[in-house]
Amino acid sequence: MNKSVFLGTLAATALVAGLAQAQTTLETVKNRGELVCGSNTGQAGFGAPDANGVWQGFDVGFCRALAAAVLSDPNAVTFVPLTSQTRFSALASGEIDVLSRNTTWTFTRDVDLNFTFVGTNYYDGQGFMVNRELGVSSALELDGATVCIETGTTTELNLADYFRVNGMSYEPVPVDTAAEAQQQYLAGACDVYTTDISALASSRAAFAEPGDHVILPEVVSKEPLGPVVRHGDDNWADIVQWTLFALIAAEELGITSANLEELKAGSNNPEINRILGNDGGFGEMLGLDNEWAARAIAAVGNYGELFSTTIGDQTPIGLARGLNAQWTQGGLLYAPPFR
Amino acid sequence: MLLYDQRYRSITIQIFALFLLMLGAAWLIDNVISNLRLLGRTFSFNFLSQTSGYDINQRPIEYDSTMTHGRAALVGFLNTIILAIMGCALATVLGVLAGVLRLSNNWIISRLVTFYVEIFRNIPTLIWILIFGAVMAESMPAPSAFRGDDATSSMIFDAIAITNRGVYVPAVLFVTDLGYLTLGPVAPSLNWLLVIAVIVASLFANKALITHATRVQNATGIRPKTWWKSILILLVPVGAVFIALGAYLEYPELRGFNFAGGVHLRNSFLAMWLGLGIYTGAFIAEIVRGGILAISKGQTEAAFALGLQPGKTMRLVILPQAMRVIIPPLISQYLNLTKNTSLGLAVGYMDLRSTLGGITINQPGRELEGMLLLMAIYLAISLTISGLMNVYNSRVKLKER
Repeated sequence: MNKSVFLGTLAATALVAGLAQAQTTLETVKNRGELVCGSNTGQAGFGAPDANGVWQGFDVGFCRALAAAVLSDPNAVTFVPLTSQTRFSALASGEIDVLSRNTTWTFTRDVDLNFTFVGTNYYDGQGFMVNRELGVSSALELDGATVCIETGTTTELNLADYFRVNGMSYEPVPVDTAAEAQQQYLAGACDVYTTDISALASSRAAFAEPGDHVILPEVVSKEPLGPVVRHGDDNWADIVQWTLFALIAAEELGITSANLEELKAGSNNPEINRILGNDGGFGEMLGLDNEWAARAIAAVGNYGELFSTTIGDQTPIGLARGLNAQWTQGGLLYAPPFR
Repeated sequence: MLLYDQRYRSITIQIFALFLLMLGAAWLIDNVISNLRLLGRTFSFNFLSQTSGYDINQRPIEYDSTMTHGRAALVGFLNTIILAIMGCALATVLGVLAGVLRLSNNWIISRLVTFYVEIFRNIPTLIWILIFGAVMAESMPAPSAFRGDDATSSMIFDAIAITNRGVYVPAVLFVTDLGYLTLGPVAPSLNWLLVIAVIVASLFANKALITHATRVQNATGIRPKTWWKSILILLVPVGAVFIALGAYLEYPELRGFNFAGGVHLRNSFLAMWLGLGIYTGAFIAEIVRGGILAISKGQTEAAFALGLQPGKTMRLVILPQAMRVIIPPLISQYLNLTKNTSLGLAVGYMDLRSTLGGITINQPGRELEGMLLLMAIYLAISLTISGLMNVYNSRVKLKER
């Protein structure tokens, strides 16, 4: 009796495990009726819950657009806050469907960790923030400084390289999350806080006296940040990738959340028609319906709108477009053609 | 037949249980292998010989970011060991003191100690660690407060600087350098090895002296005075070695952003050391108190009847007997403390968990291999402590003949 129960359980577990693996990510998401999105533990402007507990931000907005495209509901997203150390295990194990959490695209992560970086939603670089009182104007004056650094990040490696190449010494104070880093930095337990410049700006905006802190001019690395999915499910990777491209292309083609309804009725630009599902049947090729991109844009606006409402000049974060302008404006954003 | 015959039943059940256990293990291992294949991942420890690329602040051995992940793991391992030894020492001293004092007849002392034990024992150790970390980081002066003519902080005895980045104490350095002993990956300084060897030799000599005194006492009934001989034996040789090697103190001094020179006890280390040591000390206090109370009052009364003073009664009669009650649970506390060092990441202490189990797992992304290695190392450390303590236990336990 006991034996048969045990073997039965064993067989059932194996069956369930087998079934779970056979499903594609798209099917899993649709059956669940919810997208599970790996997010930052709290980075104002990029991904943090607001006063009502609703997740807001630039990276969060991308997940909402994706949920709108796949599930027709921008709010059908569960956000899983992940530290820089836990994010990759969470993605590899299938705990989350997509990681949208300022993650730098690197060779080893892409190739050795078996992830797929679908594109770049923010071109960043690593910088240093110091208190104005220190009177430091260049990162080259930081010899001997104590530096707060989030562990398990590319910035940690860049920091080691930068100081070694310039023959300077430093004392690392390793911390686990951005919040902890800010606390240590504000307490003066470290002279310098280093991470991606966007995150520095976001942290500074949350300080009591943002004006007391300067971000040094040196940009010591390339940090292309973007959404990540697992290797092996190319259809899902395509959906995530083209949702990102749809937001970028929408800005380039002048589709905004304001004129979306008007353009959906029909436009004389064939590419707009293809994106918004009037022509070409692109959504069906992805395994979605043809309105997918229109819903994504309706949810968060185009790339430029998402940028300006979450981290742009008008927000407390106050980031300029810089490298993240469209290629026609001298930036690096360049969506492949919808054709 | 096998199940209903009393002669075979237990064997049958055991073989069946073993079979199930092996089946379960085989299923787990097969699951791991097939899932790794599904993810396209290989199983390899090659990452240990790759360049680590990250820096570690507390380095007992030479290390920089161009060395390997294996070397970084070794640094973390040594940091874990340092913390475990220092923590166990602090916990033992505090625990024995508090355990004895809690039995004191002095009302204030016993209540104060009870307060310490109950407060520390009943709040999780992680919270204590965070509290000590926060107190150090938030309420101590920054190094810049020591600068200039109108400095708001000054060093204690011009030797110790307490800052919000940790405590700087003078370091002992030697004029004469005997070089280093190369032992594979580690290279301890010969100077310090010599000092340790001399201390160990002095301890043995002192023990011989006391054994001799006991023998004289047993033969003649009069115990020769040994205290001044003990002091001479313990202090003079070490002092001589320090003088011969030209030992001097290097004081920390403010240079650039931070203090330089001396020994830097980082916030992370202090928070972990105090948090773990004081917390575990509260448990040890209860173990010691329990051990002492386990000895019947008749022993104390008998010792008093022989004319022994209270101090000697405790040292010669009660504690030796209490030890056999104290040692086994004490082993558990040492093991707990050692495993709790893995909380280091909470305050950024770069122990084995933070280096091998944190950054190294994260950079090349080898969770499974890293975690298995981490588990194996912690298991080895714990079994070693347990083995050593069991040897000690078998020496102090009641000898039944």
